[in-house]
Amino acid sequence: MLAPALLGLLIFFVYPLVASVYYSFTRYDLVSPPEWIGLRNYTYLFTQDPKVWVATLNTLWFVVFLVPIKIIFALGIAGLLVRAKRVAGVWRTVFYLPALVPPVASVVAFVFLFNPGTGPVNQVLKFFGIPGPLWFNDPAWSKPSLVILGIWVMGDIMIIFLASLLDVPREQYEAASLDGANGVQQLRYVTLPNIRPVLLFAVITGVIAALQYFTEAAVASTVANGKAVVGEGTGSALGYPDNSLLTYTQWLYVRGFANYQLGYASALAVILFVVASVLLVLLLRRFKAFTPENAA
Amino acid sequence: MRNRSLAGTVAIATALATAAALALSGCSSDTSGTDFATSTPKNLEGTVSFWHFFSDREADVIQSVVDDFEQENPGVTVEVHSGQDDEKLRKAIATGSKVDLGLSYSTDIVGNFCSTGAFRDLNDVIERDGVDLGQFPDIVKSYTEFDGTRCSMPVLADAYGLYYNKDLLSAAGFSEPPKTLSELETMADALTTYNDDGSIKTLGFNPMMGWAENSAAHYGPLAGGEWLNDDGTSAVGSSGTWNDLMEWQEAYVQKIGYDKLNTFTSGLGQEFSADNPFQKGAVAMNLDGEYRTAFIADQAPDLNYGTAPMPVLDGKDDLYGAGYITGNIAGISKGSKEPELAWALLKYLTTDTDAVVKLANGLKNVPTTADALASPDLDLPDQFTTFLDIMNDPNSATTPPSPLGAGYQQTFQDFWNTYQDGSVDDLQAGLDGVDQAIDDQLALVTGP
Repeated sequence: MLAPALLGLLIFFVYPLVASVYYSFTRYDLVSPPEWIGLRNYTYLFTQDPKVWVATLNTLWFVVFLVPIKIIFALGIAGLLVRAKRVAGVWRTVFYLPALVPPVASVVAFVFLFNPGTGPVNQVLKFFGIPGPLWFNDPAWSKPSLVILGIWVMGDIMIIFLASLLDVPREQYEAASLDGANGVQQLRYVTLPNIRPVLLFAVITGVIAALQYFTEAAVASTVANGKAVVGEGTGSALGYPDNSLLTYTQWLYVRGFANYQLGYASALAVILFVVASVLLVLLLRRFKAFTPENAA
Repeated sequence: MRNRSLAGTVAIATALATAAALALSGCSSDTSGTDFATSTPKNLEGTVSFWHFFSDREADVIQSVVDDFEQENPGVTVEVHSGQDDEKLRKAIATGSKVDLGLSYSTDIVGNFCSTGAFRDLNDVIERDGVDLGQFPDIVKSYTEFDGTRCSMPVLADAYGLYYNKDLLSAAGFSEPPKTLSELETMADALTTYNDDGSIKTLGFNPMMGWAENSAAHYGPLAGGEWLNDDGTSAVGSSGTWNDLMEWQEAYVQKIGYDKLNTFTSGLGQEFSADNPFQKGAVAMNLDGEYRTAFIADQAPDLNYGTAPMPVLDGKDDLYGAGYITGNIAGISKGSKEPELAWALLKYLTTDTDAVVKLANGLKNVPTTADALASPDLDLPDQFTTFLDIMNDPNSATTPPSPLGAGYQQTFQDFWNTYQDGSVDDLQAGLDGVDQAIDDQLALVTGP
């Protein structure tokens, strides 16, 4: 019974993983046979790579800010939608709809909306006498701009939170209310413990997505820099402005496919796998402690 | 008991997968092809697979020349695969897919493709068939070989110069394009106009690095910027050839105002669209390649413009007339089973005068053979003459092939992009860091 699933797991997970680990100890350009160089790739990664740390910090920034902000907004909107009595379906559709827009299209639209020179956002700000920032063209604002985009497309998580919130037994809120619990206490001791599995799912998938953050940042850099093609090479705008949007996976892509260093790119991939695994174990332990029994 | 059995199965399967991974990884690149014949074949028959990156109109131009080749060689069928970029080409070669001849848009791959053998060494067949390499300009020859291995041939070239809007210059009282960067700056200041709120309305020249064709590679010939030493290590910082150019560029950006320039630049149209800012008159002077003449003819036929070599750094007057040169290159894959057919097609595309002229006329790129450059059949606009002259200028320069591909250029470009915002205090220390980063990367790729 398990054989087909096991076979799929071996071919599409175990083999690539093992091969990546092997390649990470080699000099490999995809054309010549891999050459064993021991820990050389890892030594370079930790001591010489000029951009791996900025790419790592950018990625961690998205993990630390984008994931929780997106979840908080999604949970908040879902909480409001639970209370919506009239035209609830319309509101749910309105908030979910942006999640259906393809990522590339939504990023392109946002970059144009937030264009410092011609975008409507800065025009409105200017009308109110507020000097608009350079948004995607400013290293200090480029990542927050993507967080705004992330909030706009939080419908996928929001709809799951909504379903989960609707499943929370009303009696528990009534009992808590009779015991004198205020809104915050009801959230802490009733809502969150009940939606814990969904919250765990949202956090884990959010962290994984943030660690692999690529498309939105790459397209934003490219469009904001006025380039037509997303990709590698000297015409590439990956990381623009000033490497502020260069994420770890983009750097891995550049080293693997622009610089033909598949061995080194594999080392980067292995480290990402290890970091992701450690983060997930920590999250799972944290959530394990956060059970209804332990919550009290 | 059941769980232990499952765990055991997983462990054994994982071990097998590990062994298979190691075994497969060791032989994944074994893509041997057929050797060249010792003498030139008298009859050519068979099917050859030709991968190139062009699409749409440009792909039609390539196809028309391929059709001519097939007419001249009735026994040969060419399977054309258009729209294949370098990444796809490399994967195809690595996995042993049927790709005999590959055409790339980037000379940046030459160092890597030659050194790894992705493209075959052509020296033997060039000598065997008596192909005269003297018909190619030296600069073109330099970017089609690496370390003595000539693994590619040039399929037209790109040359970069200055485009200027004659109407705007005339309105500002200028009749000639600038020849030095200080002249450029003076003229650009006079050509720049502002809105009531102080924001830029139109710009004389946009010095923002990273915008459009503004790159270290394209700026290099304005100051004789050196890239690599003979041993492949970086000369960017150690040569001292970039400092003055970078200081001029950074000072000019700061003079206009980085944020002000950034705001204006972000509102400009996309480079290869009909909203190109030079074509729209938003920028009066611009660095661009010869291919812009084709875009202007198509998208802005009424634009009154001229072309000239890019102005050079003050004190480097002898460099005036030069420019950055690059081009398309083509090579025969290591796994080709029809290398003679591929070589015949490659020779035709790169040395047959009629074919080269037809390609140049169709693609509006610079021809790369002496006969084609002098051909009366060249049908190119008057403004194109500038680029033919740049092609022949002895001081014109290219970016040298390296096993790092474009990695060394990107490292320097990143630093320059940061430097221009005024946040770097010690330029030389930054350039030394660029050298170190490039050398470290080179050691990773080629070192022990």
